[in-house]
Amino acid sequence: MTIDRTEPLVFDKGLPGHRAVDLPAAGVPEMDVSELLPGTLLRTTPPRLPELAEPQVVRHYTRLSQLNHSVDTGFYPLGSCTMKYNPKINDEMAALPGFAELHPYQALSEVQGILRLMYETEQILLEITGLRRATLQPAAGAHGELTGVLMIKAYHRDHGGAGRDTVIIPDSAHGTNLASAAMAGYRVVEIPSSQRGLIDVEALRRNLSDRTAAVMMTNPNTLGLFEEDVLQISSLAHEAGALCYYDGANLNAIMGKVRPGDMGMDVVHLNLHKTFSTPHGGGGPGAGPVAVSETLSPYLPLPLIARSDGDGAFTLDYDRPLSIGRVKGFYGNVGVIVRAYTYLVRMGADGLTRAAEDAVLSANYLRARLRDLYPVPHEGPCMHEFVSSATTHLAQDVTARDIAKRLLDFGIHPPTIYFPLIVPEALMVEPTETEDLRALDSFIEAMQQIDREAREDPEILRTAPHTTVVGRPDEVEASRHPILRWRA
Amino acid sequence: MHTDDDRRRLLEAVGISSIDELFSSIPPALRRAGLNLPGGLTELETRARVEMLAAADTIPDSSSFLGAGCYRHFVPAAVRALVSRGEFATAYTPYQPEVSQGTLQHIFEFQTCVCELTGLEVANASLYDGPSALAEAAFMALRLTRREEILVSDGLHPEAAQVVDTYAAGPGFPVRRLPLDPQTGVTVSDPAYLSSAIGAVLVQQPNHLGVVEDIAALAEAAHAAGALIVVSVNPSTLGVLEAPGRLGADIVVGDVQVFGSAPSFGGPSAGFLACYTAHVRQIPGRLVGQTTDSEGRRCYTLTLQAREQHIRRAKATSSICSNQTLSALAATIHLALLGPAGLRERSEICLQRAHRLHTALCALPGVRPLVTGPFFHEFALVLPCPAAHFARAMRECGVDPGVPLTRLLLGTNVGLPGAGPAPGDAVSEHVLLVAVTEVNTPEALDRYVTAAREILAVLSPTEDGS
Ligand SMILES: Cc1ncc(COP(=O)(O)O)c(C=O)c1O
Repeated sequence: MTIDRTEPLVFDKGLPGHRAVDLPAAGVPEMDVSELLPGTLLRTTPPRLPELAEPQVVRHYTRLSQLNHSVDTGFYPLGSCTMKYNPKINDEMAALPGFAELHPYQALSEVQGILRLMYETEQILLEITGLRRATLQPAAGAHGELTGVLMIKAYHRDHGGAGRDTVIIPDSAHGTNLASAAMAGYRVVEIPSSQRGLIDVEALRRNLSDRTAAVMMTNPNTLGLFEEDVLQISSLAHEAGALCYYDGANLNAIMGKVRPGDMGMDVVHLNLHKTFSTPHGGGGPGAGPVAVSETLSPYLPLPLIARSDGDGAFTLDYDRPLSIGRVKGFYGNVGVIVRAYTYLVRMGADGLTRAAEDAVLSANYLRARLRDLYPVPHEGPCMHEFVSSATTHLAQDVTARDIAKRLLDFGIHPPTIYFPLIVPEALMVEPTETEDLRALDSFIEAMQQIDREAREDPEILRTAPHTTVVGRPDEVEASRHPILRWRA
Repeated sequence: MHTDDDRRRLLEAVGISSIDELFSSIPPALRRAGLNLPGGLTELETRARVEMLAAADTIPDSSSFLGAGCYRHFVPAAVRALVSRGEFATAYTPYQPEVSQGTLQHIFEFQTCVCELTGLEVANASLYDGPSALAEAAFMALRLTRREEILVSDGLHPEAAQVVDTYAAGPGFPVRRLPLDPQTGVTVSDPAYLSSAIGAVLVQQPNHLGVVEDIAALAEAAHAAGALIVVSVNPSTLGVLEAPGRLGADIVVGDVQVFGSAPSFGGPSAGFLACYTAHVRQIPGRLVGQTTDSEGRRCYTLTLQAREQHIRRAKATSSICSNQTLSALAATIHLALLGPAGLRERSEICLQRAHRLHTALCALPGVRPLVTGPFFHEFALVLPCPAAHFARAMRECGVDPGVPLTRLLLGTNVGLPGAGPAPGDAVSEHVLLVAVTEVNTPEALDRYVTAAREILAVLSPTEDGS
């Protein structure tokens, strides 16, 4: 008999009349609600929310938490996502009432501490990226991309480039790059990568024209390789009148080693939830600050954090007539920014550089130890991650997905699979600098055993995982007959 | 990070002799020798440094009446305790459902809560925030209607309207304005504004002046013109106010900051988006669906992903990837703790206290309501002196009396209803937005009224000559 250790939905756990929250009386002479609001606006049937007391709520969500794999519970080499350890002090600092309780419209004299923190965060990010000015407003990497591309659009509009309707993106790029460019109203042209897994400079040259608004690139790219021709790429783009967008998802590899600004990049987004150790939250909130060159500074969203010349007080600068406007309410995911700031000041110059070095070293170690079993189609050395191709296992009718699912039985979160799209059966491995040698070796052993199993007992892979609370969900059924909410 | 010994072992296994060799693919001309930043700190030193910054800020208390899109509510301790669990906080997007059932299930529960609150059939896993959800909903409505123009109510929070403008500037969608009735502050539902090019009508409930809108009338006008209506709602009001879905809203968006997210200087929180099942293939962002595994056990997984950037790339419904899952979890837990009765009770406390304060303040000499429409827990007053002066003087008495309207208008070109598009105009300068929630005690209301009486006696009405 199958044992079912799943947890019922919170809606199925309640008992009528229970509640967990006690609230004070209004404490003022009360009027009938129907005297305060027109009857037609009043709710007729209450929402069917759960009815539970506090212990039952706590037990339910504690139980749900136990059904997750997380960085706090195990190795999480999910490529492109930089699942490094998230220091606990970051959370404690973000929860300080002097930050967490602040209202965004308090008088500026009452919020000098948080404004200073944001100002200093910007300065540190500018040093790391080699750019001139930054906004902390975007809520995630893709949001930063949209912001950056909208700025590029506004720039061209003001510089006789309204006819530039195309963004060139390599085929190894993350899907968000293309989607963000399209959302901003651009046509997207994908160019193929070279044999070496790098941007094909000739293909780029062929596609650049007076219709090109920007070239979007990721460096190190999604194969974990440094784009060696980056200077040539940025000058070709600039010569064609286009700007260069840099997806900073992989910045962890290069802190203190090389700066996007020096590569000729005009816009860079960073993912504080990747490089700067803020927790990923099960899928956010993150933060996607955008740093830009002098050229694009006037277009940054409103407001910017500024410092007055006179008394050195921190202010919000709205006097920016060329600004694209806003991409989010208020000033950004400030709670996330506090965490990143805490990390940045704690790590300091040497800590950040050392983090990049160890991230790259660990990736190369795994690559070297695993490449015989899981071939890496592109020459190294890699940067902070590498992409193997599990095509050799297809002979046993074992796919990258099967390998990933089997890893779950070892208590390891699998690498990113089937991305980048240009590598068949891709396994994208990013160990990060916060995993010790023991964790790396356990991963290697698990991968070796899985390779053995693929040859000796492939069925065990095809039916994996075997130890998790549920097995592979029926995805076809899920999308053919979508059930997207609980019903009584 | 690695010890020096471990580094040597790793280098040896890689077959190189120095860390520098790892970076050999970076052109030498670009290589840098580290960062020009201060050295690192110990945890103890870091704490002192960051705490020093926090200590420079003023922490609002029960005498703070700031709202305008970010509301201070009481958050039960259980919310933070549960949300802080590393198993939730340090996981990522549930790409591997077998080891992400916790995240998937709480998103499914969130989707259900949003459907229940809004009266619609489908909700996504969250978007960045309320304003960006509004912009996404406008784009979605244009895709569904195959039209190009957006009509936005002047009752949108000016920052939200600005986000819509910024997003729309990309593809070049024209944005038109739908005014408020200058008397009532309610958005006019005049068909004259609804040309056949308008695909999306955007309204906010309650609007940024606190006024409760007549959604049914606006929905009727929008539908008659073949447009879809998007309602951005403060979900905190939905224990008392009718679900927008039952009043004809096609898409309902908003921000769940009011459920379990600390104000945190404006973020993070989570946006939501709900719609009808018929429109689900145009919804932006992640969706979690229920299914079974091969043993027949009920489980959850990301679904209908053929809308998303990792599959559709340039043709995706949005570029959103990471959303605001942990803030959505805080909302789900807070709602589970409140239950239907708690939600209604909380709404009523806000409503009663707000009306009490409104009555008392409007009885002060020279103070009048800006508009006459019904309001919920926030209202706009016209003061006999500039609102910013009043606020400064009140803060010295320990009361933060509300947000001067001009603060919302910074950097925008949106003005007052009927007063023309001028952030600097005389009436706007005198308008104060006052929000009341359950954290504003009856004693705090009394302190407010007493202090306001004294301060207005000093400040008004001659000071500014108006
Ligand atoms: C290379 C790359 N670019 C962009 C993104 C988008 O970042 P976010 O999820 O923060 O929006 C990702 C995220 O996975 C990524 O790996």
